[in-house]
Amino acid sequence: MQLIAIDWVILGVYFVFVLGIGYTLRRYMRTSTDYFLSGRSIPAWVAGLAFLSANLGAQEVIGMAASGAKYGMATSHFYWIGAIPAMVFLGVFMMPFYYGSRARSVPEYLKLRFDEKTRGLNAISFAAMTIFSSGISMYAMALLTNLLLGWSFGFSIWVCAGVVLLYILFGGLTSAIYNEVLQFFLIVFGFAPLVFVGLQRVGGWHGLQTALQEVATSRGFADGAWTHTWSITGDAAANPMGLEWFGIAMGLGFVLSFGYWCTDFLVVQRAMAANSMSAARRTPLIAAVPKMLFPFLVIVPGMIAIALTQHADTSGFALPLKADGALNYDLAMPMLLVHYFPHGLLGLGITALFASFMSGMAGNVSAFNTVWTYDIYQAYLRSGASDRHYLNMGRIATVVGVCLSVAAAYVANRFNNIMDMLQLLFAFVNAPLFATFLLGMFWKRATGHGAFYGLLGGSLAAALHHGLTLPRGASSGVKGGWIAVLDSYPSEMAQNFWTAIYAFTACLLLTIAISLLTKPRDEKSLVGLVYALTPREVDNEAAWYKRPAPIGCAVLAAMILLNLLFW
Amino acid sequence: MGLDVRLPIGLMFAIIGILLSGYGMLAARTEHASLNVAWGLVMLAAGALMLWLARRSR
Repeated sequence: MQLIAIDWVILGVYFVFVLGIGYTLRRYMRTSTDYFLSGRSIPAWVAGLAFLSANLGAQEVIGMAASGAKYGMATSHFYWIGAIPAMVFLGVFMMPFYYGSRARSVPEYLKLRFDEKTRGLNAISFAAMTIFSSGISMYAMALLTNLLLGWSFGFSIWVCAGVVLLYILFGGLTSAIYNEVLQFFLIVFGFAPLVFVGLQRVGGWHGLQTALQEVATSRGFADGAWTHTWSITGDAAANPMGLEWFGIAMGLGFVLSFGYWCTDFLVVQRAMAANSMSAARRTPLIAAVPKMLFPFLVIVPGMIAIALTQHADTSGFALPLKADGALNYDLAMPMLLVHYFPHGLLGLGITALFASFMSGMAGNVSAFNTVWTYDIYQAYLRSGASDRHYLNMGRIATVVGVCLSVAAAYVANRFNNIMDMLQLLFAFVNAPLFATFLLGMFWKRATGHGAFYGLLGGSLAAALHHGLTLPRGASSGVKGGWIAVLDSYPSEMAQNFWTAIYAFTACLLLTIAISLLTKPRDEKSLVGLVYALTPREVDNEAAWYKRPAPIGCAVLAAMILLNLLFW
Repeated sequence: MGLDVRLPIGLMFAIIGILLSGYGMLAARTEHASLNVAWGLVMLAAGALMLWLARRSR
């Protein structure tokens, strides 16, 4: 498929606007606080949409559609039991400590609450991870545009990296956030027509259900395996995810989602930039509202793609096969785009793809330059320099960060295995994090030694569990079982969830045990950092829709309703 | 901070909306082209709404 003039013009208009926003903001970047924290001046709704959008990289959009095709409606567990409760918890319970402690980053909170070594561990692994994940998603994007549009591998990498570099260099975090809001709307308006057109093709929701029923039956899964979320999880063999309800609720709903949404600086940074405590707390809650509806935008197209493929002879649409003969699910969303969008709308769809990709990358880059400057450079390499010095360091870190992620994309292209191994390593590092934050914020007795060794122990437990188990049908190596194969799981996803559950539990128990054996911190130094020692926020005067707790309850009620609707 | 983000978003949506619907009306009338017109108008309306909101809060 080739783009024509009108498609290029739409893509061009988008590039002009993102660069324009960055350029306009450059004169407001006077101090390092402006650059790294937007001067803590962002209104709640802007921070909320940016919070959502920073996570909405191309991998999210493409990956969720791929999972929609592969696992069906049950993919919405990532939203309706995964993200939403974690976002509500972050806003209602955790944000008072992140924002109230005046920490400038998540690692810095760990420094204030625990000690230097815990911060160092978190800062260094986080910085490495952001570079690497933006490289990986750049690589995925380059493969995609190469396959769909015939562009050379380097073209989309260099164009996107160049534009993101410029707008963050000019306008820092504010520029990243403003553009994330713009990208959010573009993603919604770029992909929404796909749902309409797709549903029309499969004969509406009813037609989709009928076709997906055939998919489920032909593959030997329970009735409605592609259109239900919970009723098919009584038995791991009944659904394509290979998971039963307990593994989903604990592994995804509790450990993985809380671990990501409540501790990842990439998203938390958006809330820290909000203009007041109340705005910071409402940031994840505002984000939760559109987040809840995203399954209809990103998962349903994947389901439509597999339904159309089931009737390929009449629909004229079929997902291509990979080299090993399996369906290439990753192409579900992009293939629908080029297949059903006329020129014009196609340009908009491709622009939305670019927007999602760039918002994810900008999120990574703006989080990287902050953690590098505050938590590594200022903490270990040069403390006590002028504010201007750190502002300039932030700009340098932006350039270096973008260059490193471009390099990572090229490495990914050459050595796929290294990337798989790194990804695994980061999964081990991240798995236990939530236990540390949970104990740190809600148990005043937790100590620095406890946190540090708990984290290490949790990562070790993750590695051990992974080394001793294997998904069914896989061979030992990067997929697991590299020590010995003691147990096997029905799917890779099941293995991942259980790895996370073990890591969390190990970290929790170790941190508690070691904390009890080590000297507690003076309680006065923990005010503002721990729940029991921090005065409660009183917000009874504000209208209910401006108070975190009532909004959180409303969001949870809507989430439960969605779960019931698609039970 | 200095810039109301609704301004650039509204402007961009309005421009893309006009481009899309304009192209849809002028280009060859295929089955799909009407989609361009319809969606272009939706985007134009969304852009106008954003601009109106930005203007109102001034």
